[in-house]
Amino acid sequence: MEILNYAFMQRALLAAVLVGITAPAVGIYLVQRRQALMGDGIGHVAMTGVGLGFLLSWSPVWMAALVSVLGAVLMELIRWYGRTRGDIALAMLFYGGMAGGVMFINLAPTGSNANLTSYLFGSLSTVSESDVTAICVLAAFVVLVTVGLRRQLFAVSQDEEFARVTGLPVRFLNLLTAVTAAVTVTVAMRVVGLLLVSALMVVPVAAAQQLSRSFAATFALAVAIGVSVTLGGTVTSYYQDVPPGATIVLLTIGAFIVLTALATPLARRRARALAAAHPGGDPVECAIPASRVTADGADV
Amino acid sequence: MNEPVISLRGVRAELGARPVLRGIDLTVHRGEVVALLGANGSGKSTAVRSIIGQVPVGAGEIELFGTPRRRFRDWARVGYVPQRTTAAGGVPATVTEVVSSGRLARTRFGVFRKADREAVRRALDLVGMADRAKDSVDALSGGQHQRVLIARALAAGPELLIMDEPMAGVDLASQEVLAETLRAQVAEGATVLLVLHELGPLEPLIDRAVVLRDGCVLHDGPPPEAVGQHALPGHDHVHPHAPAGAEPIRTGLLS
Repeated sequence: MEILNYAFMQRALLAAVLVGITAPAVGIYLVQRRQALMGDGIGHVAMTGVGLGFLLSWSPVWMAALVSVLGAVLMELIRWYGRTRGDIALAMLFYGGMAGGVMFINLAPTGSNANLTSYLFGSLSTVSESDVTAICVLAAFVVLVTVGLRRQLFAVSQDEEFARVTGLPVRFLNLLTAVTAAVTVTVAMRVVGLLLVSALMVVPVAAAQQLSRSFAATFALAVAIGVSVTLGGTVTSYYQDVPPGATIVLLTIGAFIVLTALATPLARRRARALAAAHPGGDPVECAIPASRVTADGADV
Repeated sequence: MNEPVISLRGVRAELGARPVLRGIDLTVHRGEVVALLGANGSGKSTAVRSIIGQVPVGAGEIELFGTPRRRFRDWARVGYVPQRTTAAGGVPATVTEVVSSGRLARTRFGVFRKADREAVRRALDLVGMADRAKDSVDALSGGQHQRVLIARALAAGPELLIMDEPMAGVDLASQEVLAETLRAQVAEGATVLLVLHELGPLEPLIDRAVVLRDGCVLHDGPPPEAVGQHALPGHDHVHPHAPAGAEPIRTGLLS
């Protein structure tokens, strides 16, 4: 494996594995809450952080982490308080974040749109030593939260109202999910880029769902798919000189299509097995019992 | 018997600018089974949701187990069964996984132990869903799904059950299982507050009915007398809790 002889490829592969683990691990909760595009929104906001990093000569990764965490917290607050005009406020946040990024990077003495492109679409070969350190620390946080608090996050994402009645600190857990998603965006930024990061959060989960029946299996399978495609995409980009971010995302969508094709006959077999295991079956939903309707139609 | 488990005094609530509750008084004592009835839009769901803190209360007092709701922290004593529509995630989950989240009222951020797993299995047994423990909830019928949500509420071993329309969209077989489950809980001393559209198969269990109209309590007393097919001969209603000579309220008044 000559590919491992190069320090830049070692760093790239390490970053790729960490992204393959963390993006689906957070993404599964976003998909469960039906906020699949939240990662995309955070990605837009993170651009302001990258721009500020260049402008202030700070590490763009840490600056993006800071700004996207603030953006994610703001999004969560908008979700609480701004129910009616929430979508408009989010749109302003997303595009304001994007415009801010372009503006700051152009004001920065060392910045150019070429730098920005490497953050928008990922640039594995330029991942530096300090980038890897930042990615490792941030990824450890993401894994700790998404695995350690999986029962609590599952409950909140499945049924927020019920979770509140169990006494769980729902607002804190929602904020934690948003912050963890923001951190994941910055972890993945160098590998797949800010514009493609959401794909890696959502598509492996969607692909895993084609086969799995349980949350735990979906989680494990989504992470396995995530690691396979990020490693596969990185290696492919090394040998074929294609952009790694785009390769990874296309591989993920390919995995989704293959698993969907495999799952269709499997689902049919499962349905037959279920019917055999429960002979007679359950009353069909449309057969409303007579007692549901009072004879005189009185609304009690 | 006389210790109030739920107590609402003069509770008002608004959704948007529209007043939904206009000063509700409601007390549920230990061991009682109380049905909250009323037409659509009468405020019965809002009343229940105000008790569990899902709806901001404009005025009035709410107490749970004698503690003002704002300071109430002992949520393991309360089992909540929401309307079925609220509980659907975008990722597959098994029956066991969903019911386990009910146990978080006891474990919180602690370790999920063997005793917790057993409590989940017991709750599934109570609703007759133990054989479907590993199935995805998406594969269940509406009635089975409702039984899972009740098992989730029972997993923490609550003293008070609050259920919002537990019979809505539930097939007859599941209705009977639910009624039986509830009967067993009541026999063990559970207190129950149910939102119902009509009394249905739960009628023999219900001690008291509170009827709401336009956000006000219209009736608080024995369940309204059955009309229509429930009043047919052979459909025997026994209300041991009703005080002798209590004037039955005819449902015809309400519609």
